[in-house]
Amino acid sequence: MTAAMGSPYAQREIKNKKRDVFEDILEERRQSSDLRYAMKCYSPVIYRNLVPCKPSVLKTMVLHSDQLQYVIKQISLESGETCDVIQDQAAEILDEMGQNLNLAAIRMFALTLSKIFKTLFQKVCVNEEGIQRLAQAIHEHPVVLLPSHRSYIDFLMMSYVLYTYDLALPVIAAGMDFMSMKIVGELLRMSGAFFMRRTFRGNKLYWAVFAEYVKTMLRNGYAPVEFFVEGQRSRTCKTINPKFGLLSVIMEPFFKGEVFDTYLVPISISYERVLEESLYAYELLGVPKPKESTSGLLKARKILSENFGSIHVFFGKPMSLRSLASGKLNRSQYNLIPRYLSQKPSEDIQRFISDVAYKVELHQIANMVLSPGALIAAILLQNFPSLSYNVLVDKTMWLKELTEAFGGYLEWPDNMSASKVVRSSLDLHSNITKLIDGEVFLFDNNTNGVLTEELVFSRGVSVLMCAAYRNQMVNIYARPALVVLAMKMAQSSKSEDVYKMFDFLRNLFSKEFIFFPGFEKKDFEEGCFLLSKCDVIQGNPHEMVLMEKGSSTTVFLLKMFHPFFEGYQLAFRHLVEDMTRKWTEKQYISTVRSFVTQCIIDGTTTCYEALSSDIQKNALASFVHLGLLKVNKLEGQITFTVNETNIEDFAGKLGLQVPTKKLPVARL
Amino acid sequence: MATAEGNPMSDSSQRRLRVLLGHLKPRAAQATSTSEHKAPASPSIPRKRQELLKWNGWGYNDSKFTFNKKGQAEFTGKRYKLSGMVLPSLREWMEKTFGASLDQKTTSRASLNASDAPPAILNEGFIQDIKAMGIPFSHDVEDRVFRAHGHCLHEMFTLREGMFKRIPDIIVWPQCHEDVVRIVDLACKHNVCIIPFGGGTSVSNALECPEDEKRTIVSLDTSQMNRILWIDEKNLTAHVESGITGQDLERQLGESGYCTGHEPDSMEFSTLGGWVATRASGMKKNIYGNIEDLVVHLKVVTPKGVVEKSCQGPRMSTGPDIYHFIMGSEGTLGVVTEVTIKIRPLPEYQKYGSVVFPNFEQGVACLREVAKQRCAPASIRLMDNAQFQFGHALKPQVASIFTSFLDGLKKFYITKFKGFDPNRLCVATLLFEGDREKVLQHEKQVYDIAAKFGGLAAGEDNGQRGYMLTFVIAYLRDLGMDYYVIGESFETSVPWDRVLDLCRNVKERIVRECKERGVQFPPLSTCRVTQTYDAGACVYFYFAFNYRGISDPVHVYEEIEFAAREEILANGGSLSHHHGVGKLRKQWLKDSISDVGIGMLRSVKNFVDPNNIFGNRNLL
Repeated sequence: MTAAMGSPYAQREIKNKKRDVFEDILEERRQSSDLRYAMKCYSPVIYRNLVPCKPSVLKTMVLHSDQLQYVIKQISLESGETCDVIQDQAAEILDEMGQNLNLAAIRMFALTLSKIFKTLFQKVCVNEEGIQRLAQAIHEHPVVLLPSHRSYIDFLMMSYVLYTYDLALPVIAAGMDFMSMKIVGELLRMSGAFFMRRTFRGNKLYWAVFAEYVKTMLRNGYAPVEFFVEGQRSRTCKTINPKFGLLSVIMEPFFKGEVFDTYLVPISISYERVLEESLYAYELLGVPKPKESTSGLLKARKILSENFGSIHVFFGKPMSLRSLASGKLNRSQYNLIPRYLSQKPSEDIQRFISDVAYKVELHQIANMVLSPGALIAAILLQNFPSLSYNVLVDKTMWLKELTEAFGGYLEWPDNMSASKVVRSSLDLHSNITKLIDGEVFLFDNNTNGVLTEELVFSRGVSVLMCAAYRNQMVNIYARPALVVLAMKMAQSSKSEDVYKMFDFLRNLFSKEFIFFPGFEKKDFEEGCFLLSKCDVIQGNPHEMVLMEKGSSTTVFLLKMFHPFFEGYQLAFRHLVEDMTRKWTEKQYISTVRSFVTQCIIDGTTTCYEALSSDIQKNALASFVHLGLLKVNKLEGQITFTVNETNIEDFAGKLGLQVPTKKLPVARL
Repeated sequence: MATAEGNPMSDSSQRRLRVLLGHLKPRAAQATSTSEHKAPASPSIPRKRQELLKWNGWGYNDSKFTFNKKGQAEFTGKRYKLSGMVLPSLREWMEKTFGASLDQKTTSRASLNASDAPPAILNEGFIQDIKAMGIPFSHDVEDRVFRAHGHCLHEMFTLREGMFKRIPDIIVWPQCHEDVVRIVDLACKHNVCIIPFGGGTSVSNALECPEDEKRTIVSLDTSQMNRILWIDEKNLTAHVESGITGQDLERQLGESGYCTGHEPDSMEFSTLGGWVATRASGMKKNIYGNIEDLVVHLKVVTPKGVVEKSCQGPRMSTGPDIYHFIMGSEGTLGVVTEVTIKIRPLPEYQKYGSVVFPNFEQGVACLREVAKQRCAPASIRLMDNAQFQFGHALKPQVASIFTSFLDGLKKFYITKFKGFDPNRLCVATLLFEGDREKVLQHEKQVYDIAAKFGGLAAGEDNGQRGYMLTFVIAYLRDLGMDYYVIGESFETSVPWDRVLDLCRNVKERIVRECKERGVQFPPLSTCRVTQTYDAGACVYFYFAFNYRGISDPVHVYEEIEFAAREEILANGGSLSHHHGVGKLRKQWLKDSISDVGIGMLRSVKNFVDPNNIFGNRNLL
C-alpha cells in the first residue's frame, strides 16, 4: 500500500509548489445586484453522458431497480408482509429522503444566501483553479464532492459556490435533523439535499433504498453527489476519523463496472470563526445540543450582527477512483454473483475504501487554510490565564514561521504589521479573549475565590472554544510533536526505542489525529524530517538527540500536545479506579467528567481540555483498540470492562501506576 | 455477382452454393458432383501458399484496397462483391477518423529477403527418415517464413519491416492420417518439435515459434489432407480430413446438397482441424452450433498414440469428454487428422435484413429479448455507431441517381422524421435461413421484437453489406498500415447484464490509454455484439489508431491491448470467446481457470506429450 497510493502527505509536496490563488466571490456580490445574480442565466457544465431526468423519474428508477426489488422480496419472505406493502414503505422512505432539485428554489437560495453571507463574512475565497479542474471532472465522469465538515454553513456554502461558478449543483446527503425544520427542510430539499436517518443500522429496507438512490444518481451522472467523510460536524475543528459506509456505496458502481470512473474531490472549507463555536463547546461539556428548528434558526438571527471573518473554500485535485484502484484491486471478484445482490465487501475492498477515506481526509487537512487566530489560540492555551500583548505578537510571528516550515497553509494579510494582524484577530475572537492593559486573557483569573464547579465549567467553555482554533492545525503538527514526545518518554535515545515509543503514541492517538493506516514508519520519518529541517533534532540511524537550538520548539510542541496526553492519562486513571465496574459509554463520559472536574478543583491538574467528551470518547475507543477494555454486548447494550492483563504494562508506558493492592480487598 | 434471390433457374444446391459464397468468387461451381468423395478435389489454397496469398498481409494477392489516381479508394481483384468498386467516402473517413493523410505513407519492403531469415536447424536423422517415407517436405525460406506467423498486428509488422527471431526449420505435408502417425513417431524418435499448421489465420500468437527452441521445428502443414472421406446421409454426418478449408468444405458438401453451416469470418482460409484446435465459433451458430456442437468424432495423433472414441453415439456419459481435451488444445497435444462433423441439408431460402435502433442500449436490449425468446436468426449482429459510420465509408459509388436519391430519402426518414441521432443510432444485421415460409414468419417475429425497442427495418442491402464487410475488413488493415494506422480486433463473451457496461468501459479504456501513451489522434474504438446466447453475448472490438510520432507503435499497441483485456476481465468478460489463448493471453489463463484447473491441463499435457514434441507453448 505505498507507492501507487501516492504519498498522502501532501504537506511536503504542496509546500514546494505554488499554491492556487484564491478569489473572493463576495467582492462582486458587494458591487452588483444580488437579484440579478440570482436570476442569472444558469447553464451548468454537466456530465457528458447525462440523460436528463426529473427527480420523480429518478425515484421511479430506484423503486424499480433490480437491487431494491430483490431486497423487497427478501423482506417480504422474512416478514410475511406482501411485496406491495413493502414496496409502499420503500416509496415512503424515498419520499422522506429524496431531494427535489428545483431551479426556482436555488435562485431564491442564491438571493438569500448572498445577503446572509455578506453580513456574516468578510470574504468567501475560492481557488478558481480548483473550480476549473472540477468543471472538467464533472464533464468527464460522475463526481463525488467530499468537503470537510465544521459547520452547517458547509453545504449551503458548497451549493452557493457551485452556483456562482455555473457548475452543476450537488445532491447532498444531509442528516435527518434538518428535515424536521419546517419550510427550511423543504427548501433544502429543493436545493438538492436529500436526507438520511442518523441511525439505520439493521433497517435493511432503509439502507437498500438509500444506497440505491445514491448509486442511481451517481451512475446517471445526475448531479455531483456530496457528503461528508467525517460523518458529522467536527465539534472540535479537528478532522474526525472517516466513516466508510457512504464511501463504499459511491464506489460500488465503479467496482461493478457500472461507471468507467468516478472522481472524488476533497474539499477543505476553513473558517476563520465558526458559527457554532460556543454551541460546540457546550456540547462537548455535556450540555445537550438543541434540536434543529426553524424558530431556533430565527433566534440565531442575532448572530447576523457579528463578524465571522473569512471563509476559504479549497477545491482539491479530483482523484480518479480508477487510478486509485489501479493495481490494487481485482474487480473480477464481482463477476460471479448477480449484480443486484449486494455483497459484503471483501477484505481488500474494505482496506481500499479505508485507505481512500484517509487519503481524502489527509488532502482536506493539507489544503485547510489557517488564520492567524489559530496560531494565537495555540499560544494562549499554553500561557493561560494571560500573557503580554507584545510577547503574543512575537510568539505569533515565531509560530507562523514554524507552521509554514511544517507545511501549514497560512493566510496572512499582506500589507499589515504583525501587531495589527494579531490585534484584528483578537478583535474577531473577542468573545474568547480579552485584551486588558496590554495583557491578553483567555479567561478572568480571579484567583482570590475558590474554584467551583460552575467556574470550572465556564473556564472549560473558554478553553474548548480556544482549543478548537488550535485544533485546526494539530494534524500538521502531530507527526513531529509525537516524535519529540516519544524522545522524551523513550528509555534511551536509540532510534529504535524512540520509534517504538512513537509507534505506541501513534497507536494511542489513532482516533485523535489522522494517520494513514500502515504508514507508521513513514509518519515517523516525516516527523523526523520536519524536526531536523528546523534544527530541533539531530540524528543518525542509531541515535537521536534534541538540539539546544530548537529547545523553544521542543517545549512548544510538548505543551501543544500535553492536553491530549494528560486527557488520556486522566481517562485511564478514572478507569482503573474501579476495575470491576461495567461501563456504558454514557456512564463513563459523565463520571469521568466529574472526575476531571474534581481533579481541577483539587488542583491536581489544570487540564481543562480533559473535560471534552471528544477526548474522552476517543480515549475510550483507543483503549478498546489497544485491548485495555473488553467490549461486552448484552441485549443490545454495549458495556466495557477493564482487561487486567495488559494494564500494568500500559500504565507504565503512560507514566502512571495502577493501584493494584486494592483489588483483593475489594473482592473480599 | 448473383445473390440468393437473384437466380430462380438454378437448382437448390447451386443456389445454396452461390448464397454461401455470395461474397467469394465461386470457383468450382461447374465441378462435377460425384458420390465418390475419395477423389481429392483440388483445394482452393495451393501448397505454395505465397503463389496465391500475400506474404505480408491478409488474403489473396490480387485483392487489396488502394487509392487510385484520383485519390479515391478502390478494392482490386474479382473475388468479392466489393472487388473493382470505387469507395468514394473511405478516404475522407480515414482522414477524419484517424487524421491520416495520403501524403504520409509508409511502405512495406517489397519482398522477403531470404538472407534475413534465421538459418534452419536441421535434424539430419529426421530428414533422412522423412525422405525415406516419401512425405513431401521443404526448407525453402519463403515456405518457412510463411508458416512462422499468424495474423497478429506485430506479426504483420515484423513481415513488413523486420524478421522473426525463430521460424520453422522444415515444412512437411502429410497426405493422410497414416502419414501424420509416421511423422509424429519420427518426431518422438529424433526429438524434434512439431507445430501443426492449418490455415495460418491465428490471432493469438499461437503459431509463433518459441525463440529458445533448440530442436528442429517441424511445421506440420495439414493442407494436403483436404478430402471429404464419406458422407453419411442417414445420420447426417460427414467424415472429413482436418486440413480442408472452410470454403472448400462448404463448396464440396454443397455439391451434395449439404452444409456444415460453420462459418467463421476466416472460413476462406481456416481449416477444420484449426477450428477444432481453437474451439472455433461460426457466424451461424444459432442454427448449426459452435464447433463443439458439431463434432461427432475426432481422430487425433499424439506422441502417446491415436486418441479417438469407439463409437459415434450422439451423447455419452463416459466420464469427462476426452474430445474436450482436444478442442481448444491449440496444437499442444497432437494433430487432429480426421473429424466426423454434423451436416445439414442446404437451406431452401436465405434472407438478409437489418434494423436501425436509436441507440446502442436499445439495440442490446432487443438482442437480449431475441435471445430470451430463443428466436435468434442464423445470425444477428449489432454494430455500434462508430461501426455504422465505418460501414457507410465502405459504401461503393452508387450507379444511378435513383439509388442515391433513395438513400437520401431513407436517411431523411430515419434522422428527421423518426428523430434518430445520426451520431447515436446503431444497426443490427440479420441473416435468416430455412424454408421460405418459416423464414418469413421468423423474420416477422424478429422485426416485431425490434419494433418494441424502437428498431426500424432498414432493408436487406444494409444487412448483406454488413456481412460482406466481415470478409474485407481484414484487408483494410493492410491499407491502414500503409498510412500509419494500425489496428486489431479482439473478442470476449459476457453475461447479458454486463454487456453495455463492458462495451462502454473497454472502449473508453482504449481511448484513455491511447491518450496517456501519446497517441496524437483519438483512436477508433468500436464494438459490436456478434453472437447471442441464453446467458450472454459475444462482443467484438475493433481498435485502430494513427501512430505518427510514436517511436515504437507495436509496443504501444500491445500495451493498449493488454489494458483493454484487463478491462474486459474486470468487467466480467471472458478471456476469449473463440480466438483462443495462444501465447498472447497465456498470462491470464491461471486467473481464468484457477490453479487447479491449470494443474489438470498440465497433467494431461505431461501424460500425452512428456517430451513436449508439440512444443508451440500455447496455453500453459
